[in-house]
Amino acid sequence: MELMKFVNAFWVGGLFCAFAQILIDKTRLTPARIMVTYVVAGVILTSLGLFKPIVDYAGCGATVPIIGFGYTLAKGVMTAITEKGALGILCGGVTGAACGISAAIFFGFLFAIICKPKPKK
Amino acid sequence: MRNQTIEISGAYIESAFSSVGSKESEGPLSKYFDAHYSDDLLGQKTWEEAESCMIKNTLSGALTSCKKTSEDLDAIFAGDLLNQCMASSFGLKSFDIPLFGLYGACSTFVEGICLGAMCVGAGYAKSVGAITSSHFCSSQKQYRFPLEYGEVRTPTSQWTVTGSGCVIISQKETDIQISKVTVGKIVDLGVTDANNMGAAMAPSCADTLLSHFKSTNTDCDDYDCIVTGDLAYVGTDILLELMKKEGYDIRKKHLDCGSMIFDKDAQKVDAGGSGCGCIASVFSGYFYKMMKKKKLGKILLIGTGALMSPSSVLLGEPICGISHAAEIELSR
Amino acid sequence: MNVKKQQKDYSILVKQKSPPSRLLKDMCLSFLIGGLICTLGQFISEVLSMAGISEEDAPSITSSAMIFLGAFLTGIGIYDNIARIGKAGTLVPITGFANSIVSSSMEYKSEGLILGVGAKMFTIAGPVIVYGISASVVCGLIYYLLTII
Repeated sequence: MELMKFVNAFWVGGLFCAFAQILIDKTRLTPARIMVTYVVAGVILTSLGLFKPIVDYAGCGATVPIIGFGYTLAKGVMTAITEKGALGILCGGVTGAACGISAAIFFGFLFAIICKPKPKK
Repeated sequence: MRNQTIEISGAYIESAFSSVGSKESEGPLSKYFDAHYSDDLLGQKTWEEAESCMIKNTLSGALTSCKKTSEDLDAIFAGDLLNQCMASSFGLKSFDIPLFGLYGACSTFVEGICLGAMCVGAGYAKSVGAITSSHFCSSQKQYRFPLEYGEVRTPTSQWTVTGSGCVIISQKETDIQISKVTVGKIVDLGVTDANNMGAAMAPSCADTLLSHFKSTNTDCDDYDCIVTGDLAYVGTDILLELMKKEGYDIRKKHLDCGSMIFDKDAQKVDAGGSGCGCIASVFSGYFYKMMKKKKLGKILLIGTGALMSPSSVLLGEPICGISHAAEIELSR
Repeated sequence: MNVKKQQKDYSILVKQKSPPSRLLKDMCLSFLIGGLICTLGQFISEVLSMAGISEEDAPSITSSAMIFLGAFLTGIGIYDNIARIGKAGTLVPITGFANSIVSSSMEYKSEGLILGVGAKMFTIAGPVIVYGISASVVCGLIYYLLTII
């Protein structure tokens, strides 16, 4: 294990979050809008080839923030287009992100069945 | 000019009862409330059922404390914050009392008192009830986010009070009477931030207050206390400023239920408390008792409400304010 | 005084009287908590690579693990408490995405398994999927057109 990998993941990931905090405090953008902005930004940056270098540098610092979900989608589409041609436009994104989406839905369902919301203190 | 104030004679408060949830029970006013629920679900399955159960218990409590049964009430004026006022409708159905369902957001409690006092004062009813409730969890679900969601709260956001309050208004003479009521108008100053309710309600509060002062020819020196519903810290500051511009310094006489019910720093409520249950529980719990002990002689109770719905906010409509006032004083 | 002017004056007063958000403190906290969550992800991915998982599969497993973690902490009622401190630091990582899904479906369980859990699950997270996938299709179309020219 290299220590620098952790340091890079920490500060790059932290920076993505801190920037979102500025958006919340300064522009009153709602959380849902910020998440959407991040995902779309991830897709566009990846398509332009600008996001891959950040992933190479920061690892999970770039893929764990929701912007990385956009990266996964765009990467999936581009890989599928190379392999399958035009069909890849439609099937590539979800194929790439299949694991994450299914995990989110299934665990969401699972915990909803098991757990109950508690009042806030 | 139209006179918004109505003088009433022969409407007395016979009893009042307050119920609160767990967080309010830890607050500075805890000892004044009549019923405390440590379980915010009140043993029910859902938050909505819990709120209905609270409103039911509160009315029972108010009836018991003046030795009445539901048969003795000619009507009840009730409301809450949930869609189609379902907490009060479901909570009160078993009482078999004629019901007026009201919605005036957080001003509903005083709206109910105004209508109840008018009804009793005019002789249409011998005794009526005015009751409202709010529940943090059901409001959070309807107006904001799921409880377990990692919500980012802004410093101006308010905390919905889990509580309910009820007053029984009768023709039977008691120590405390409702002598005047002022019905408020909708005031829209273009506030759109749903996390700054105090700012949305303050102008309407100032409007109603000024109207009451003018039509009754009084000013704040004539009252022991001017009590507002849930302007909380931000709204209070704005109200004081607005009143100062009109030439009234109400700073010394003003108290706000939303600022009183929680300990701002220790309980992490940001700007303070809000909700229909806020003024209802604080008036029924604290101010009513203070008046009964003759520590307060004459108060002006102003319910402040923000008129909005989750969809109106999404549609980009402004949040309007409405405030109703009731002058409550010792009768002898 | 006309209404527009009155509203403008009032919005200035509101701004004066509303406490400002603690931007610096919020930023530092979200940097710290967000950074820590990403570091945890990095740790999982390093462990996977040491266990011999291929570089292709590791990211999917890592994000699933992070999603599980977010869902678990939401289920036991801790995630919202972390979010009170971490603010955007808990919103932006994929654990926050899981939190929005789990919290919605838990809250609406009282409205039934089909229209409560099933439909309301996406009230907050839905737009992310809609706009993410739509953007990827649009970008894919452009990318495809560029490759065939």
